[in-house]
Amino acid sequence: MTRTRNPDSESESESKPSSSSSSSTGMKLIVPLQGVVQGRGGILLGSLIPCALFYFLQLYLKKRRRSNHNNHSSNPPSPSSSFPELPRTPSRSNLSSRGSITRARLSRLASTISDDDSAYYVGLNRASRDPYHKFSNPDGIIQLGLSDNTLSLDLIGDWMQKWGSGGGDDDLSINGIATYQAFDGVDELKLAMADFMRQVMGRSVHFDTSNMVLTAGATPAIEILSFCLADPGNAFLVPTPYYPGFDRDVRWRPGVDLIPVHCRSADNFNLSMTALEQAYAQARKRGVKVRGILVSNPSNPVGNMLTQDMLYNLIDFAEDKNIHLIVDEVFAGSRYGSEKFVSVAEILDSDSEYIDNRRIHIIYGLSKDLALAGFRVGVIYSFDRNVLAAARKLCRFSSISAPTQRLVTSMLSDKRFIQDYFETNRNRMRQVHDEFVDALSKLGIKCAKSSGGMFCWADMSGLIKPYSEKGELELWEKFMSIAKINITPGSACHCIEPGWFRICFTTMSLEEIPLVIERIRRVVEVCKSSS
Amino acid sequence: MTRKDNKKPPPPPPPSSIGGGGGGGTAMRVIVPLQGVVQGRGGLFLGSVIPCALYYLFQLYVKTRTRHRSSNSPPTSPHSNSTPSPSQNLPELSVLPRSLSRTHLTSPTASAFLSGRAASLATDSPHFAGLYKAAENPYHRVDNPEGVIHLALGDNKICVDLVEDWMEKNLSGAVLEERGDFWGIGITGISGFQPLDGVMELKVAVASFMSQAVDNSAFFNPSQMVLTSGVDPAIEILSFCLADYGNAFLVPTPHSPSFDGAAKWRTGVEIVPVPCRSADNFNLSIAALEQAFNQAKKRGQRIRGIIITNPSNPVGNLLSHETLCTLLDFAREKNIHIISNEIFAGSTYGNEEFVSMAEILEAEDHDRERVHIVYGLSDDICVPGYKTGVIYSYNKNVLAAARKLARLASVSAPTQQLLTSMLSDARFMQKFIEINRLRLQKMYQAFVEGLKQLGIECARSEGGFHCWADMSSLMRSYSEKAELELWDRLLNVAKINVTPGTSCHCIEPGWFGFCFALLTEKDIPVVVERIRSVSEATK
Repeated sequence: MTRTRNPDSESESESKPSSSSSSSTGMKLIVPLQGVVQGRGGILLGSLIPCALFYFLQLYLKKRRRSNHNNHSSNPPSPSSSFPELPRTPSRSNLSSRGSITRARLSRLASTISDDDSAYYVGLNRASRDPYHKFSNPDGIIQLGLSDNTLSLDLIGDWMQKWGSGGGDDDLSINGIATYQAFDGVDELKLAMADFMRQVMGRSVHFDTSNMVLTAGATPAIEILSFCLADPGNAFLVPTPYYPGFDRDVRWRPGVDLIPVHCRSADNFNLSMTALEQAYAQARKRGVKVRGILVSNPSNPVGNMLTQDMLYNLIDFAEDKNIHLIVDEVFAGSRYGSEKFVSVAEILDSDSEYIDNRRIHIIYGLSKDLALAGFRVGVIYSFDRNVLAAARKLCRFSSISAPTQRLVTSMLSDKRFIQDYFETNRNRMRQVHDEFVDALSKLGIKCAKSSGGMFCWADMSGLIKPYSEKGELELWEKFMSIAKINITPGSACHCIEPGWFRICFTTMSLEEIPLVIERIRRVVEVCKSSS
Repeated sequence: MTRKDNKKPPPPPPPSSIGGGGGGGTAMRVIVPLQGVVQGRGGLFLGSVIPCALYYLFQLYVKTRTRHRSSNSPPTSPHSNSTPSPSQNLPELSVLPRSLSRTHLTSPTASAFLSGRAASLATDSPHFAGLYKAAENPYHRVDNPEGVIHLALGDNKICVDLVEDWMEKNLSGAVLEERGDFWGIGITGISGFQPLDGVMELKVAVASFMSQAVDNSAFFNPSQMVLTSGVDPAIEILSFCLADYGNAFLVPTPHSPSFDGAAKWRTGVEIVPVPCRSADNFNLSIAALEQAFNQAKKRGQRIRGIIITNPSNPVGNLLSHETLCTLLDFAREKNIHIISNEIFAGSTYGNEEFVSMAEILEAEDHDRERVHIVYGLSDDICVPGYKTGVIYSYNKNVLAAARKLARLASVSAPTQQLLTSMLSDARFMQKFIEINRLRLQKMYQAFVEGLKQLGIECARSEGGFHCWADMSSLMRSYSEKAELELWDRLLNVAKINVTPGTSCHCIEPGWFGFCFALLTEKDIPVVVERIRSVSEATK
């Protein structure tokens, strides 16, 4: 270090004695250090010494850069940053800036997410600030951008009331709660959940409670799986359009990338294996490590189902590439259409000898099928013991609180209630869906064919002016300001074709449909008149 | 880097030496490399630049070569060089796209890859191993007198009866029937976009309870609050917000065993221990803090904050007003954050007065943006399993980020409803806090007295649920190994599950944490008797 800092004095002192002994005076000055070098080994030293000096300089610069970074990391350099010549201790230099307000740095994650908002979240926030109410705020924004089901909330409410006034009190007592509670859910709830999942996904399937980890919602379940299956910089393949929340759950903290596999309206947004193969090959070419496929079945937002053949194809694909298959089945019980739903668990159950089930993971939750979004109950169902062990530990960060576990346990154990609920809910969903799709088609808006989930996936490409994402967002803005309806634009779901919108129909009652349609008509008319 | 960049760095020769003649002897040409090229004008300059450039290119070549190699075999982490984690690769650098997944294909039986993070969770610290063991065979005075008595760091059950009474009175059927939406059914629905960071009613109730817990010496603003499903997620979210992968937090030891998971596992943040010693009754010394900071810095670690626990866990001592102010100065000087974990704020029982960070920030003009307070409800109000944590921050950006991350750890609606109605009953809560303090004090004194009979001394504590006891006299040698061996004997022979100091990263072996808030007074003689059996066996 000392050498680099004053090379002048050094080269001077070294070249002076040699100048007196040598004859060719001109050269001495021209080639640095020539005097030293002239003897034997000149070629070696003559290149080594500049290199060494250069190396020290690099070292010095590196050190300087680092300590500079520490002092005023990422913030605009404060005036005191002109670095002193001597490597003073960094803390000293901070003392000099004491009093001047330097803000402590936040992490990269915090700074990126605090202003990362897709139209999906902007819409949700705007709608929550000015919510529609029949009497108190008839001009408010109607929220059709969520994925909530309020069609059968009355049933849940009734059940709660009965439970509250009946034998429920004992169940609430906290004394019964063990001192040490397993983070991944009490066994009673797991048992009830296994039964419930069997009821929802097909009676032939057996769900084993030891393969189950309960989390505070399906959202953390996806995140925990991402943490377990991939490292930062790895990627999952995801068929588009996909649920906008995946971006947050998979990308933010786990740092896992999502590679879109585009599905098109021509196939009614069904997944094609060639597209999957292609996306995989392209990712590989870019050097991205693909760790798994993340699919939702019934799909969100489109609402179509994966056929049994497709599931076999996906399993084969995963096996072939040695990657995981994560199937998000949170809408498994919210079906109203004619298509048959096949849970991947059913396939594993029937074909257990041929399939390596350790690479298949199922996500489930009560938010959609039982409309208990606020209860935050999610399930990871996996066959890989290591994944389960890791997930159990990570549950500490999103465990279900004790009263909720008790409440849900008794609700799920009430088989009769569950049965009734599903029947009623299915009928009501079918009714609203058919009515709404019908009314939309009268406005000239077609929907993709769907059999499950809570959404209409509507094609409004006829209403957007430039056929592009920009046109789509402009139309979305019109829906917000003119019609006062919050729906989700396709671009938030990473749909490759512009002009598609996700409309949640389960938050409106039959009586509200005309109102919503009337508001949509306003937008349609504005668009038609301007074009 | 282009050539241009290379020209900047060469060592600047003395300007006086330029301007020499261009002549030279013939022998010189051979000896000094590139002399022929150089001999003309600018010889001095080129003569040093060219070797440097060649050397630089050589460095670059070596660097890319090693990187290639490392992306084929387990590569280093993309975020930091200081902490290589297995099998993460730099996608942009692997020019050769083969190799990666092929290596998997070659071994046909290989199961699909698990992340390095998942693999690293495989081991259990004794703290958690003990928890599982105690959960398998819990002690009960009548039903299972031979079971394991659970005394490891944990919850407070000392006032469960009060909470029970309250629930009986306030949540009986009649009350519930009047409010059909009690269980949070009303939270969702067409009008209510459910806030994932907690409903405002609960935040208001928590804010007023938090001031109550510190005897109204500080006030809390509900809008600076994010609710999470427990204290662990609160700390995890804060470390996600404040530090990048590979950065570090300073944490005074002994610290709660759960920090290791909360601050480190998923965030990839490291903990730099700041050892506190029994000679100071495990109080934090600023000199030790300064030293730990400088040493970490020397290692190239970037420190992003300090996590303090006040009242400390497991020792139970308080940070004085003066220490807190010094900490704030320290944080400002180093430009780092402070996370003040005040989960036991309402459970102080000593003579010293508890000072919350919020109180100091209210009174003095410190820059508040670097201070973040963590609070937990389940311990202070004796509702174990209710899992509700609070992030209270003065930094708008941290709050914005934490609110978004709260979706991954949000409090369930029934819990929110229950807590809201309980905390809003200010008269009950006031009474509760008083009784809770009295009982904790009584239990603490009784427990310390019991241990004293065996010649076991405890560190002085003013809050929390733990006795921090010096059992080094029972160990066969003064080492970590002997401590774990004693822990094993306590668990398997005496059937007492306690927390060994090593789980809390205590620097001195032989200290153990006893959670007395899980016991009744009648249990104390049983515990003392069981420890006596071990101590006699040792002698």
